[in-house]
Amino acid sequence: MRLVVDLNRCQGYAQCAFLAPDVFAMHGDESLLYNPEAAAEQREDVARAVAACPVGAILLELTDEDMADIGSQDAVAGAGAGSGGSR
Amino acid sequence: MTGEHTRDGALEHLKREGRIVIVGASLAGLRAAETMRDKGFAGSLTMIGDEPYEPYDRPPLSKQVLLGNAVADHTALPRRRAIDADWRLGVPATGLDMAARRVRLGNGDEVEYDRLLIATGVRARPWPNPEEGELEGVFVLRTRDDGEGLQRALAANPRRVLVIGAGFTGSEIASACRERGLKVTVAERGSAPLVGALGAVIGEVAAEMHREHEVDLRTGVMVTALEGDPAGRVRAAHLSDGSTVEADVVVVSLGAQRNTEWLAGSGLGAGPRGIACDAGCRAFDVRGIVTDDIYVAGDVARSPHALFGYQFLSLEHWGNAVAQADTAAHNMLSESADRRPHLWVPAFWSSQFGVNIKSVGVPPMGTEILITQGSLSERRFAAVYGYQGRVIAAVTFDNCRWLPFYEQQIESTAPFPPPFSTVDRRPEGNKPVPADFPDPSVPTHGPTITLSGYSPADRKMTFTPGR
Repeated sequence: MRLVVDLNRCQGYAQCAFLAPDVFAMHGDESLLYNPEAAAEQREDVARAVAACPVGAILLELTDEDMADIGSQDAVAGAGAGSGGSR
Repeated sequence: MTGEHTRDGALEHLKREGRIVIVGASLAGLRAAETMRDKGFAGSLTMIGDEPYEPYDRPPLSKQVLLGNAVADHTALPRRRAIDADWRLGVPATGLDMAARRVRLGNGDEVEYDRLLIATGVRARPWPNPEEGELEGVFVLRTRDDGEGLQRALAANPRRVLVIGAGFTGSEIASACRERGLKVTVAERGSAPLVGALGAVIGEVAAEMHREHEVDLRTGVMVTALEGDPAGRVRAAHLSDGSTVEADVVVVSLGAQRNTEWLAGSGLGAGPRGIACDAGCRAFDVRGIVTDDIYVAGDVARSPHALFGYQFLSLEHWGNAVAQADTAAHNMLSESADRRPHLWVPAFWSSQFGVNIKSVGVPPMGTEILITQGSLSERRFAAVYGYQGRVIAAVTFDNCRWLPFYEQQIESTAPFPPPFSTVDRRPEGNKPVPADFPDPSVPTHGPTITLSGYSPADRKMTFTPGR
């Protein structure tokens, strides 16, 4: 599972760090550090983090295996899907 | 829609069966390819990259990777969609024939195009003395391999790390070293860290952050030589103030050089400052005439920005690569009336010593700075930069939720100093002070934003005849 956070868009709400603490961690009050390649067993936590991000900053790409489990959800969710213009 | 009936159908033909070549397989190249496919481009797409890896994300290399929270070879960028490309990885482009519309590759192959996108980016500026740069233990940090090598060197618990250059990357490296408990010396030619990008008022805050975290910060000095032991391992560095720093890891963090050498003699307007293009990402040739079939995006581009006096901006920013790639891809597949300008407001972030630094606009254009919210001494503040009576940029330290507000101020050319009060205004925010950027004619580590070219607003051109 690959992910990238648009840190221009990120405002440090830390929802991801609560929902998927093994992948996202706050570093200081406002900086976010994350693992760009999360383990497959983190899938549900990461999906929740993507959905909960108030500014839609997390772009996630699921592998085919991840897709098989998830069903109808899009392969790609979150920031930049479609527009690509990060602001 | 206008179009199909009044035009010659060339665009439809291009979309159906044209050949698009993208040189540079990193963030900008990948996002451009995705946008092209999104827009219905069904022809052949070739991605050329000199590194042997699929597109990966670089910002984690100076942060998560050095801290050991992520692995350098697991930073591949997520895809927004399939791009069905012919990948030519591990092979650099070495030449361009504009007349024949051909890109030459390092292995002798040639690839023909109908539209070309150049997104070759930048590389780390190497240590100027190649022999010293070859010493074991001397690093630069730009690529995945660099990140992997430096991470391993730091994990081996060196006695001291020397970072040469205190720009954003150098400062982030120093921060990671301290977090790992390593002794680190930072040597900076300017008066403070980040001074080229944010000016001396903010640079002084950065300097205090270094010192509080027990970084041995030396400013106003240059490293004049690196010294190796008989086994070819670096052991010490000699500084311009006569001192010597013993270190077994040295990280050269002196900014970046644009990857344009492969275009020498091609006739394209490419040089050490990048590739000049119009606001629609179309490249200029050396005659100053815009091309129809060659586009540029990302760190290697320099394009005029209407918000900043039409100055040609080169932006080594992650967000710029994404936005400019999107605009270039759109324009490559559009009739001229449907093209869009690249009007992204510059923005970047840095994470160092536990503080989140973010900025919008073009700080080096600022002549004055006003601390509008919070306080420098608390490391939590927002500051705006003023230029000729308007807000031109803003920076926040651990205060980023205010940044979109300041971005609006920049976009609407709001007056400076702001005529209104702001939340959490302190006495130090009563009056603007000089932003105190270094003299641009004095070399430094290089700011992350380079202002160059002339502005159509003042129409100044200088002709320098060859000798």
